[in-house]
Amino acid sequence: MNCSRRAFLKTGGMLAGAALIPGAALLESFSPKELTLQWVLDHFKVTENELRKVMAIAMENGGDYADIFFEHTLDNMLVLRDGKVNSTSSNIDFGVGIRVIKGDQTGYAYTENVTVLDMIKAARIAAKIANGITGVKSMNINEVPFKKNYYNVISSWEETEVKAKKPYLQKINDRIFSFDKRVSRVIVSQTDSTSYILFFNSDGVLMHDYRPMGTLSATCIMEQKGQIENGRSARAYRMGAEFLTDDLVETVSQEAVKQTALMFDAIKPKGGEMPVVMGAGGSGILLHEAIGHAFEADFNRKNTSIFSDKLGKKVCDSSISVLDDGTIPFNRGSVNVDDEGVLGQKTYIVKDGVLNSYLHDRISAKHYGVAPTGNGRRQSFRFTPIPRMRATYMENGNAHEEDMIASVKRGIFVDNFTNGQVQIGAGDFTFFVKSGYLIEDGKLTRPIKDINIIGNGPKALSDITMVANNYKMDNGTWTCGKDGQSCPVTCGMPSVLVSKLTVGGENA
Amino acid sequence: MIKKEQKELARWAMQYALKKGCQECRVGIFSGSESSFEVRDTQLDKLQQAEENQMVLYLFVDGRYGAISTNRMDRRELEKFIADGVTSVRFLAEDPARKLPDPSLYFSGSEASLELYDPKFQSVSADEKLKLAKSAATEIYGSDSRIISVSSAYGDTENFAYIVASNGFEGESATSSFGVSVSVSVKGDGDARPESYWYDESLTWEGLQKQGVGKKALERALRKMGQSKIQSGKYQMLVENMAVRTLLSPLISAINGSSIQQKNSFLLDKIGQKVVADKITLVDNPLLPKALGAKCFDREGIATKKRNVFEHGVLQTYFIDSYIANKLNVEPTTGSPSVLYFDKGNYSQQELIGKMLKGILVTGFNGGNCNSSTGNFSYGIEGFLIENGELKQPISEMNITGDMLTLWSNLAEIGNNPLKSSSWQLPTLLFDSVDFSGL
Repeated sequence: MNCSRRAFLKTGGMLAGAALIPGAALLESFSPKELTLQWVLDHFKVTENELRKVMAIAMENGGDYADIFFEHTLDNMLVLRDGKVNSTSSNIDFGVGIRVIKGDQTGYAYTENVTVLDMIKAARIAAKIANGITGVKSMNINEVPFKKNYYNVISSWEETEVKAKKPYLQKINDRIFSFDKRVSRVIVSQTDSTSYILFFNSDGVLMHDYRPMGTLSATCIMEQKGQIENGRSARAYRMGAEFLTDDLVETVSQEAVKQTALMFDAIKPKGGEMPVVMGAGGSGILLHEAIGHAFEADFNRKNTSIFSDKLGKKVCDSSISVLDDGTIPFNRGSVNVDDEGVLGQKTYIVKDGVLNSYLHDRISAKHYGVAPTGNGRRQSFRFTPIPRMRATYMENGNAHEEDMIASVKRGIFVDNFTNGQVQIGAGDFTFFVKSGYLIEDGKLTRPIKDINIIGNGPKALSDITMVANNYKMDNGTWTCGKDGQSCPVTCGMPSVLVSKLTVGGENA
Repeated sequence: MIKKEQKELARWAMQYALKKGCQECRVGIFSGSESSFEVRDTQLDKLQQAEENQMVLYLFVDGRYGAISTNRMDRRELEKFIADGVTSVRFLAEDPARKLPDPSLYFSGSEASLELYDPKFQSVSADEKLKLAKSAATEIYGSDSRIISVSSAYGDTENFAYIVASNGFEGESATSSFGVSVSVSVKGDGDARPESYWYDESLTWEGLQKQGVGKKALERALRKMGQSKIQSGKYQMLVENMAVRTLLSPLISAINGSSIQQKNSFLLDKIGQKVVADKITLVDNPLLPKALGAKCFDREGIATKKRNVFEHGVLQTYFIDSYIANKLNVEPTTGSPSVLYFDKGNYSQQELIGKMLKGILVTGFNGGNCNSSTGNFSYGIEGFLIENGELKQPISEMNITGDMLTLWSNLAEIGNNPLKSSSWQLPTLLFDSVDFSGL
């Protein structure tokens, strides 16, 4: 039970034991275009009056606020192994979570049986967090529509059969083998997920969302003169089955082969402190780890973040602005509405070098007397929402990547990462570099691989000395872990020069 | 416990799958409950309570395979779910290696002999649980002016499983666990707020440590004050028992049957060869009574056995489930380890520190990874500089880098302090000549 660390993993998506569903939904099937609030209420077999009744129980001990979160998620996975698409799995998760808040305190219970009786039982457990007198108030139910749907679906995953998905996996396998004779094994995995969400809170807010997700990943194993190496490529979007295209197949296939082939010539650098040029795209992991987590307001509310006293203060060069954004169309981290009924939005964490806003859920927003920022997210109805990132990225600067590289006498260039982590209080963060290059006398020379980089958040932020104009979002299968909950996220970045980080390596 | 009607439902689902076209089928029913109490600065911060159920079906259809799972237990819905699942599996390519295990490998008997479930589980009151969560925090709250925040938690779970397979397996298991944890943040140098934690976990309420968890967490946080990095170089490395798992995991992944079958392992074709230091005899003993992670049968129903993973540095086994066994044309062992421990070492952690002239005690890892093909690794670390047998200075923001087989070949000593609050009961370990990157 490690309470002090946040893991940021780039994984294949689904957990063992989860996955596969056939062509049709288990419950009522529908076309996303027709999704109405009434349809979703019917789907969960609940009426507005029943919601009122359960809410009254949740608030009966004098809670300040309560919400009811219904979820029905269908996950599927299809796997190609040893040249054939030969396993499938699927999982259905269905239930409702009831939360009561009193001050900063939370009572929470969930049930897999969405009957009024079971919901009342859960509401009574959650209500125990408060111990005052009745808090029932008359309530007008108010359906809150989205400003915009950031992930409109053309073909729902539920209507897409295994036989329609299968050829894409087979094509990736065949393309990868055709590119390089050293390829010995290929594993391709395609996952999709569809969630129906219904949300109701004690302010009378009633919302629903339909959340699609598709991922495609390929792992390539190559052998050369007895040496084995592996490489991976993956993409993930909040999209329906239109996500699967021949272009995507080609991109993933080429990237997996390229990443793997590079490893044979790569070395470990000499370790120690040195300048690091972080290439555009996946280097956004630096933002996620070095500052993103430390700006999540729960850590600051509890005064345990190294940035706890820094709101409104200058934390880096004034050319730097960092955002956390839930509104990028089809992005893996986007949310029409977060998991506590707050509309998706775009939040400047750092604006012109000044710490502008923490990332808030309802509890922290109330604590700080500000509006929530739409960052209250949860893994499923089994968890309470907490402040989480969405798509975290840095805006473009004016420098050029080649000038950054040219300015470094001895250092490294990195652009491909597998995972990262941070210690919120000490500020020490790390990320693992799958591949990159040495920089010697201003030029990229030998490829490097498999090294960890470690730094300190506030220091690293102030050590960013150049920001390029080549911003790129990394649309890989990034999954962020915090307090035992996984959340889909993304990160992006223009190339930056960090003047000093500690690079793992050999000292021989 | 799994109720009689749940067992009937599992058997019904199996029969229904067979009727819909499966030649073989295995069904698992899993149910459990959990409760937790989180306390911040001695006040209740969050309480949570829930029960859950899941059914998993493994479908073997015309030489093809798929798995489906759901928490919807309504028979009418299950009928559609199973029928659709069978239809989906029929779209796949054939895979002759997919079949149920040979029935002669199945466990028959009762798992109760391992004593993995505390019969008192339901009788511990919510008040007692909350009291324990609070007392773990109050034992340190306000005791030191440098404390910024103390979070403590009590949590328990009970898990029940019932597995039935169409070629004759039927097995049942019950486990309980109780845990208490405390994390502490303290005011450090500048803006830094060093934090640390401690926890205990036990299968029984009686076995759970009720006092001292908070004190240990505070001690671990305070000793981090003034962390800094030191000169890069090769040092002896002592790894605390809490942290050893990070270094052992890549070795265990490398002998996982799937990695071997995919030829993606640095321990490929190494059975019977000496690959790590002589001192290493690592045992997997799933049948250790009252141990976290113990089990009589694995998820396929195959009876577990005690086996040596490494014996005096020589690799003895791979972890092979029935699918991989069929692919490789070998006998299955079991898909994954259960309870791992080293042959007991001779020295306490303090004695090992005392033996070191200059080296680094690693108390925790911060990120990093290991290349599963080559065994090349690099991890962030924190801990202490040791000089002349004493802790000299807390360190952080450094990396260790190397390759797994060289690291484990350089194992110098094994501690006598296996971590009993984990299924991998690993002790403190001393390694020679490890590359540290810092200044």
